[in-house]
Amino acid sequence: MTELLAARARQVIRTGEGETGIECEKQSVAGSVSQRACTFCGSRVVLYPIADAVHLVHGPIGCAVYTWDIRGALSSGPELHRLSFSTDLRERHVVFGGEQQLEASLVELIERHHPKAAFVYATCIVGVIGDDVSAICRQVSERYGIPVVPVQSEGFQGSKKQGYDAACEALMSLIGTADASDVGPHTVNLLGDFNLAGEIWIITEYLKKMGVEVVANLTGDGRVDDIRKAHGAGLNLVQCSGSTTRLAMQMQAAYGIPFKKISYFGIDDMAAALYAVAEHFKDPEMLQRTRELVSAEIAEILPVIEECRRDLEGKRAAIYVGGAFKAISLVKALRLLGMKTVLAGSQTGTRDDYEYLTELCDPGTVIVDDSNPAELSAFLSEGKADLFIGGVKERPLAYKLGVAFCDHNHERKLPLEGFIGMANFAREVRASVCSPVWQFAPRHQNSEPQTLEV
Amino acid sequence: MSIIEAPKAHNPKALADQSKVPLTTATKSTSTTNACRMCMPLGACLAYVGFDATVPFLHGSQGCATYIRRYLISHFAEPMDIASSSVGEAATVFGGEANLRTGVTNVARVYKPEMIGMASTCLTETIGEDVPGMIARITHPETGLAAETGQRVPNLVFASTPSYAGTHADGYHAAVAAVVKAHAADGAETDSVNIFPGIISTADLRHLHEILDGYQLPHALLPDYSVRLDGATMARYEKLPAGGTSHAEVVASGRALASITLGGLVTTGVELAGDVLASDFGVEHLRMPLPIGIRLTDTFTDRLSELSGQPMPAWLDAERGRLVDAYIDGHKYAADRTAIVYGDEDLVLGIVSFLSEIGIKTVLAATGGHSGRLAAELAAVNPGRNIAVIDDSDFEEIEAAASELRPDLLIGHSKGYATSRRLGIPLVRVGLPIHDRVGAQRLHHLGYRGTQELFDRIINTLIQVRQDESEVGYSYM
Repeated sequence: MTELLAARARQVIRTGEGETGIECEKQSVAGSVSQRACTFCGSRVVLYPIADAVHLVHGPIGCAVYTWDIRGALSSGPELHRLSFSTDLRERHVVFGGEQQLEASLVELIERHHPKAAFVYATCIVGVIGDDVSAICRQVSERYGIPVVPVQSEGFQGSKKQGYDAACEALMSLIGTADASDVGPHTVNLLGDFNLAGEIWIITEYLKKMGVEVVANLTGDGRVDDIRKAHGAGLNLVQCSGSTTRLAMQMQAAYGIPFKKISYFGIDDMAAALYAVAEHFKDPEMLQRTRELVSAEIAEILPVIEECRRDLEGKRAAIYVGGAFKAISLVKALRLLGMKTVLAGSQTGTRDDYEYLTELCDPGTVIVDDSNPAELSAFLSEGKADLFIGGVKERPLAYKLGVAFCDHNHERKLPLEGFIGMANFAREVRASVCSPVWQFAPRHQNSEPQTLEV
Repeated sequence: MSIIEAPKAHNPKALADQSKVPLTTATKSTSTTNACRMCMPLGACLAYVGFDATVPFLHGSQGCATYIRRYLISHFAEPMDIASSSVGEAATVFGGEANLRTGVTNVARVYKPEMIGMASTCLTETIGEDVPGMIARITHPETGLAAETGQRVPNLVFASTPSYAGTHADGYHAAVAAVVKAHAADGAETDSVNIFPGIISTADLRHLHEILDGYQLPHALLPDYSVRLDGATMARYEKLPAGGTSHAEVVASGRALASITLGGLVTTGVELAGDVLASDFGVEHLRMPLPIGIRLTDTFTDRLSELSGQPMPAWLDAERGRLVDAYIDGHKYAADRTAIVYGDEDLVLGIVSFLSEIGIKTVLAATGGHSGRLAAELAAVNPGRNIAVIDDSDFEEIEAAASELRPDLLIGHSKGYATSRRLGIPLVRVGLPIHDRVGAQRLHHLGYRGTQELFDRIINTLIQVRQDESEVGYSYM
């Protein structure tokens, strides 16, 4: 039996029991063993894929170590983002300040790698020891004639969300700094897609077939010069809404660019995203091309879906991911495979996302914000889950209990976006759920569920 | 027409040894690129997990705990719960005591641990948090948590582990020292030996138990994460799986016959648990390199013989015999080969010493550690050999050296893979972290058995290179 901490009681609801108004968007409860990271993580996640910039982590070594080349964010050209740069502050810097170390590090790395820009991530102690990061960035920027952008990402500021905001600020400082007069009308920026396993290339290909050009990727396979002229685009498509909706709103306010929140996961949402683009540009020919594209793509993957569905029908899934918007797409995608969702949770979902999730899910589904291993393991048992969808920290919970697992985190090496992504997802889920290894897991021999006590 | 073909032109790579140049002393970079170490709190968390019914707890922002969990989970493939006081903006300004107290209360309630192993982070050290003072207030009999909540308060231990002060290895040793300092007690001497094993694999920990049992030597491994970080699949989830060094063993460590620290190369200022027990209770402290290779394992087993009064057990002697036999069977594959070894100082010391006894020359020993003592210890174990050492190193530096030295092998953890791939030099994976292969937990490095496994993996890697490079494609090497 697991105890749900009183301070978290309103961060868990069960659908169909008249419960609404989940608590969310609050600081993690101390000692709860939250699955969340910190502000620094949020900034690093959003900016990381910009491949021709130096990403310098200003602080002691840990923060740089744990973010070195752990994501599947691919680049079609330079790969500076895959290197882990740190000012590696030591005791003497903590005592006397780290400004000199920062400046010397920036100079060294810019001269060594000739980047198009540099981002400097402030970690927890930078403000405390009194370093003026902005001033150093300004000086170095003037000296080398490239943008050197401070990112106010001190970890203690909060969860990943505050880090997303800091990253959006950093991106806003680049946008609008180059001439965009050559950018045509049927153009978009792709926000909140990080090109994991090459996903952004799949989306770009669809758009190209529809007759839509991409101005800037924000930030998967991103390039500084593209981002600088992103203000010229006709429309912003916001995929990971938790991280970049704020940027879209800022761009709308500053440059009048409208935006659409879309998702590229699952057949329904992928098709809806492309139709939204076609409708936005009000071009009947484009709409026709989109229809043809969607029906051709669906026809191609349908046999795979049907084949997987035969094996998966009636199985039960649990979802715990970074943002609740992704959970929504996953619930729909699982339905297409005949699977029922018993748990839908996220680290940093918003009130709106959770409300929609609550409406969408079948009665009895657990909806949870900012959960932890103790709760998640109880939910998995209680919901008799056959599959858990999550990231690295969720994987051992599933496996320890003898539950199949699908990695839907930034480490993934398999593209899950787009129509082909749905086919990959179906195959991936089936590969784990239908593995013969589960017959040996004790859970399948003794299945008294654990329950959660409030 | 001849039926005997002339041999193909010799592969120029095989002659490259002669053209090798000594490592130039490059100027150290100011910045660090692709670090070859991890942070102090990671090591502390790993150590705490090796004590029974203990939850690691970081006083700092939420990200530290989560990043470290993720990094260790990817190596051990096991759940790794680390609590955090989740210090936020207000706590950074006004102090984190309330967070720490709430955190302890919640961990005690959900996990019901015997001990909470606390460690500081860069943030809480820099803002000057007095954690020992907070612990004193939490455990105060009249005004503390027990009085306030009616709950039993677990044992609270604390190690100071800001990332700017040392490496993960330092954090590990600081945490072990903190545990024995808090709980070891005096009393009549026992016949038990304390083994401080350092950061080694779960398979190594199990093997150490086996060796010590072979000498019928009562012992405690402090800590021992071999069960918690390499356990079976469960029917019901256990938040705090059983296993690890018991509280009783920690208490009794102050009365032990002797302590042996394997490795223990730490940054100046970091205390070793063995030294704590020596100064507090007069327990004899022997420090020796990790038992890798025949000579260093002999050093270890000789000590165990002395302490136990027992000869080497027959099965272990047989393992040693088979290892010598294997060395001889495979020695020509090793001849004139070169390696760069990198990683934790203790592991580098052991592996380089082992390589020197099979004829593989270490052209560079590199570490992200900065005890400053690796070169001297390497020289002491391998007299007459001039082994180039760079400490406080990173992969920028290691790769630059590797592209100049062109060794036949890289030996280290999986963060050297990018270098290995770019330079086309095979990597033999050892130590931690290993994030790109299964089975890191099950790798043996220690004892004759661990050496045997390393030897086979290294020689087979060399054979495979020869085989793959051969135009003939022999299946009989």
